[in-house]
Amino acid sequence: MSATATRVTFGETVCRLADTNTDIVVLDADLRKSTMTDEFSRKHPERFFDVGIAEGNMVGVGAGMALAGKIPFICSFACFVVGRFEQIRMAVAYNRANVKIVGTHAGIGIGEDGYSQMATEDVGLMRTLPNMAVVQPADAVETRGAVEYIAQHDGPVFLRLTRQKVADINDEGYEFRFGKAVVLREGADVSLLGTGAVMENILNAADLLAAQGISAQVVNVHTLKPIDTEFIESIASSHGKIVTVEDHGIHGGLGSAVSETVAELGRGRVRRVGVTEFAESGDTDGLYGKYGLSAEHISVAAMELMD
Amino acid sequence: MTIPELEAIAKEIRVDVIRMLVEAGSGHPGGSLSCTDLVTALYFHQMRHRPEQPDWPDRDRFVLSKGHCVPAVYAALARAGYFPREETLSLRKLNSRMQGHPDRHRFPYVEASTGSLGQGLSVAVGMALAGKAGGKDYRTYCVISDGECQAGQIWEAAMSAPRFGLDNLCALMDYNHIQLSGGVDEIMSLEPVLDKWRAFNWNTLEIDGHSFPAILDALQAAEQHHDGPTMIVCQTVKGKGVSFMENRWEWHGKAPSREEGERAVEELVNGG
Repeated sequence: MSATATRVTFGETVCRLADTNTDIVVLDADLRKSTMTDEFSRKHPERFFDVGIAEGNMVGVGAGMALAGKIPFICSFACFVVGRFEQIRMAVAYNRANVKIVGTHAGIGIGEDGYSQMATEDVGLMRTLPNMAVVQPADAVETRGAVEYIAQHDGPVFLRLTRQKVADINDEGYEFRFGKAVVLREGADVSLLGTGAVMENILNAADLLAAQGISAQVVNVHTLKPIDTEFIESIASSHGKIVTVEDHGIHGGLGSAVSETVAELGRGRVRRVGVTEFAESGDTDGLYGKYGLSAEHISVAAMELMD
Repeated sequence: MTIPELEAIAKEIRVDVIRMLVEAGSGHPGGSLSCTDLVTALYFHQMRHRPEQPDWPDRDRFVLSKGHCVPAVYAALARAGYFPREETLSLRKLNSRMQGHPDRHRFPYVEASTGSLGQGLSVAVGMALAGKAGGKDYRTYCVISDGECQAGQIWEAAMSAPRFGLDNLCALMDYNHIQLSGGVDEIMSLEPVLDKWRAFNWNTLEIDGHSFPAILDALQAAEQHHDGPTMIVCQTVKGKGVSFMENRWEWHGKAPSREEGERAVEELVNGG
């Protein structure tokens, strides 16, 4: 299995799409070498705008460009760009401006930089805004498909990407379908729903569970808003046991979106695996181990649902 | 359009603003009246726009960053022929397109939804930048308040416009010297504000924001300036035209009663 940072695939894809779609512009806030828009800045310098370390202005400028017909991808670390929530709320969501907000360095998996650079609240914030779609691809091929889709999606989107490499979980022929959860592995006793960087750990957790005689379904939920309610309702109505896993706080992210659906349905039980405190510097695996996102943690959460 | 004609329209717009606020029972008269002459000069003299084709791609753009003063813009757009004047009286009512602050989806004749202060200039920078990047020659105008220059994002936008070479952008600061809670100088002074904009590499002008000859000259000078954006600092009077509102911070966000409204209209029409 090879591994790629989803920010890298984003950078390549937006650069390629811009060859044929001349409305695409990219804005960055002095992080082009980290958000991977550096290649775009060199290949399409007339359509690349670095606003400096001024994310609030970047949000507004992006909205203005979108209102004038451009398709701006505005890029920074997820915590910094989503940190300009009120600007996004007004200038992007309320205006229904066709802005693509690209937040890289999602979650505690970024590692050594520590909490100040770790976005663990961004999905929760973006999910609250009408008109805003939220997408988090889990590997390279899915990122390629997601970016291609987002460029032609009519309306604002928040795209959440990883700093670190993530393992390929999809085949090369994989087709991204907005709003549709993807079953990676079938299973009859419990469903493990994940998003983004944690999918490899979830697959490993399913192996651990299999060794205990538990058949776990593994599902990749790349579109967090609109969430695939039809799929969630189907599993809630069958075995009814759902574990959500995400490198994001347990408030507001995938776990919340799934819980909201299950609660309204009135059937099924949910256990949320996610971040519950301010994390720290370290390596990704070590952090996932310490803060509850390892395969072992996920399998324990599933076992707890087995009664 | 001649200066007396513009003055007559501005007077009509002020009357409309008062009538709208009386009907609404809430709103912001002080700042709406202080920016009325600026809005009039833009819509009835300076800007290229087509009321019969509101989405004309080459139209000049206008962003009202001080969104709470939108009654003046609604009145101007109605007078310009975008929509029937009677509708302005539905301001702030349920199911009305005339939202308390501009909403471009309910009311497509405004370019941007605004109302959170400090943000509109960034949006105007984006529109001007898209024009440059797309080879369009439309101009973008933005009216900002004095109070919102206390927000950091104004200065982020201020820094970016010259950097991107936006000589197609002209901002007007409605400097009425009063904000919600009191005088701007008492709350958080902007001075020396002209020097600040100059230091951010803007072409800067300072005018009497109630003198049409001065406003038109400044807008003309801005258009002829080809080395970056222009900021016109417009010295204005909060509540301009209604004696009991002028320079009174109490009239920042309070609608006149029906009786006060009648007095205000009488003064505006008959010169007090």
